[in-house]
Amino acid sequence: MSRIAKRFAALKADKRAGLVTYVTAGDPDPGLSYQILKGLPAAGADLIELGMPFTDPMADGPSIQLAGQRALKAGITVDATFDMVRRFRKETGDNETPILLMGYYNLVYQRGAERFCKEAAQAGIDGFILVDLPPEEADQLKPYAQAAGIDTVLLTAPTTDDKRLPAVLKYASGFVYFVSVLGITGTKSAPEEAVRTHVERIKRHTPLPVGVGFGIKTPDQAAAVARHADAAVVGSAIVDRVKAGLDDKGTPKPDLLPGVFAYVKALADGVRGVRKT
Amino acid sequence: MASTRNSFRTGPDDRGHFGIFGGRYVAETLMPLILELEEAYNAAKADPQFQGELKYLLTQYGGRPSPLYFAERLTRHLGGAKVYLKREELNHTGSHKINNVLGQVLLAKRMGKTRVIAETGAGQHGVATATACALFDIPCVVFMGAVDVDRQAPNVARMNMLGAEVRAVKAGSATLKDAMNEAMRDWVATCETTFYCIGTVAGPHPYPTMVRDFQCVIGDEVRKQMMEAEGRLPDTLVACIGGGSNAMGLFHPFLDDPTVRIVGVEAGGKGLESGEHAASLLGGRPGVLHGNLTYLLQDKEGQITEAHSISAGLDYPGIGPEHSWLKEQGRVEYVSATDEEALEAFQRLCKLEGIIPALESAHALAHVFKLAPTLAKDNLLVMNLSGRGDKDVPQVAQRLGMKV
Repeated sequence: MSRIAKRFAALKADKRAGLVTYVTAGDPDPGLSYQILKGLPAAGADLIELGMPFTDPMADGPSIQLAGQRALKAGITVDATFDMVRRFRKETGDNETPILLMGYYNLVYQRGAERFCKEAAQAGIDGFILVDLPPEEADQLKPYAQAAGIDTVLLTAPTTDDKRLPAVLKYASGFVYFVSVLGITGTKSAPEEAVRTHVERIKRHTPLPVGVGFGIKTPDQAAAVARHADAAVVGSAIVDRVKAGLDDKGTPKPDLLPGVFAYVKALADGVRGVRKT
Repeated sequence: MASTRNSFRTGPDDRGHFGIFGGRYVAETLMPLILELEEAYNAAKADPQFQGELKYLLTQYGGRPSPLYFAERLTRHLGGAKVYLKREELNHTGSHKINNVLGQVLLAKRMGKTRVIAETGAGQHGVATATACALFDIPCVVFMGAVDVDRQAPNVARMNMLGAEVRAVKAGSATLKDAMNEAMRDWVATCETTFYCIGTVAGPHPYPTMVRDFQCVIGDEVRKQMMEAEGRLPDTLVACIGGGSNAMGLFHPFLDDPTVRIVGVEAGGKGLESGEHAASLLGGRPGVLHGNLTYLLQDKEGQITEAHSISAGLDYPGIGPEHSWLKEQGRVEYVSATDEEALEAFQRLCKLEGIIPALESAHALAHVFKLAPTLAKDNLLVMNLSGRGDKDVPQVAQRLGMKV
């Protein structure tokens, strides 16, 4: 059983939904980024998405665009991202919290899908969420990911209708990520009713857990999603807390880490406050 | 299959692949819409009414066919090949871009879309889109890099006058690539009502094919016009390449004529060795950006690097996927011309033929200046004069120290 499957099984046994936290690898610099990663589980993250910065993040709003720029400027690389995860597994001894890489396919393609999957697995990475790799192109990655024991979390959107869902699910493993709004990250939020309807619809097609993301900014919104989905995914709003911890010149202030963790804890409290039957 | 060698014109396959190139690398939100677009385009393509309407517009509104002009003074000056200019700059809105835009906006209307967005570099595609949207009374938003808004000010004014909203994009290098990112971000949020009118033979399938098909009117006309003028096919074709739509439109109808030598000219910027250029085929390698797998300018990791060109329309780190495939097949030769060479060619055409070319087309011209003198006098060379240079007058004047 993969770490992702185990974590969702544990959440189910706990009768609650999970909190998936996104942070950009290398933001605001590799050192602090590692400290953030290291502290996320204690703050209440059940799963972690680690964003791989890309120069042209077409599906991301301003928050994650800026985070990527900060990280690239601070010199983040794919190897350094793998190293962060390797160090996390070794230093914290945390062998349960799933870590997923999120980003754009070109970085995978340049390294070669097979090599990328192997190296990611060796570093302790559990899954990929590749925004620009829809099922139509996923066959070039899936066999290598599978061989390396890495889950491929595919995205579904409000535009993914019942006719198309099976095509997406064919390549999905770990969980299904429902993009709850039409749009880029960190902008609009979906009404609770829409989340409920779509999650129920997806669940009619698959036994996989469903995580819901895009536009979740407050503990209340996270709780609303937690009532219907197996996990709530929060990204831009956390990344905004990293930015809030920087001064005008981009130098980290002492309250950066406490600010990020306090916010994640508030989100986690929101999610954990919802009891599932 | 696109890789069958007895024809270079059968691609792409049903997944939009030209060999390894092309494809559909987009967010899931857009995927269903792209499939819908493909279906709608295929239906329109086979519909005589759609084709008839498009033909009427291209003729009566766009001014087609554009002349195939024998440039006698230029030919004498170069002392080699007989140089013909395909006068796409005489089209309505001043470039080949209108060919594609009329097709796409007609399709948008047919699909019931109520808003059109576009990206633009030099502003030629933006102006063409704004024009067609005015004609069809559809709201239009054009995304343009902030750097390009500055260097192509006349086109920004034109788009505004035509009723389009121009959004200056400040992210990244603030040029065409960033305009395209921003257009895609808008599209993903508005895709149910908005039609994205891509200006070149790039982006996710079916765009590279659809834009190519709409631009093939250029090559189809050249074929006919050259038969009328000389009684045979041309020997050499030359066109500039940014994304590659004017080149593909000229080249594609001739790909299966083995006697026709085909040359694409990329923007060499300050020279390929300087690293500051926009020559994705000559200086890049395959990767994934903007919905397709194609040659890209990028670093070792796969981060996209900034393109450099004096010409805003060529200032793009990628290229249409079919060009990438044609390069690997060896069917088309790809070369480059620098900023300086293009500027020199720009000035020479003004004085030799009384035609002010777009800086984009001046790159093709720069190569004609190199190539034509080496060819026999009976070699029939066609250069695609893809756009007129009015928009470049302020920029070139400033560069040459002239007062505007």
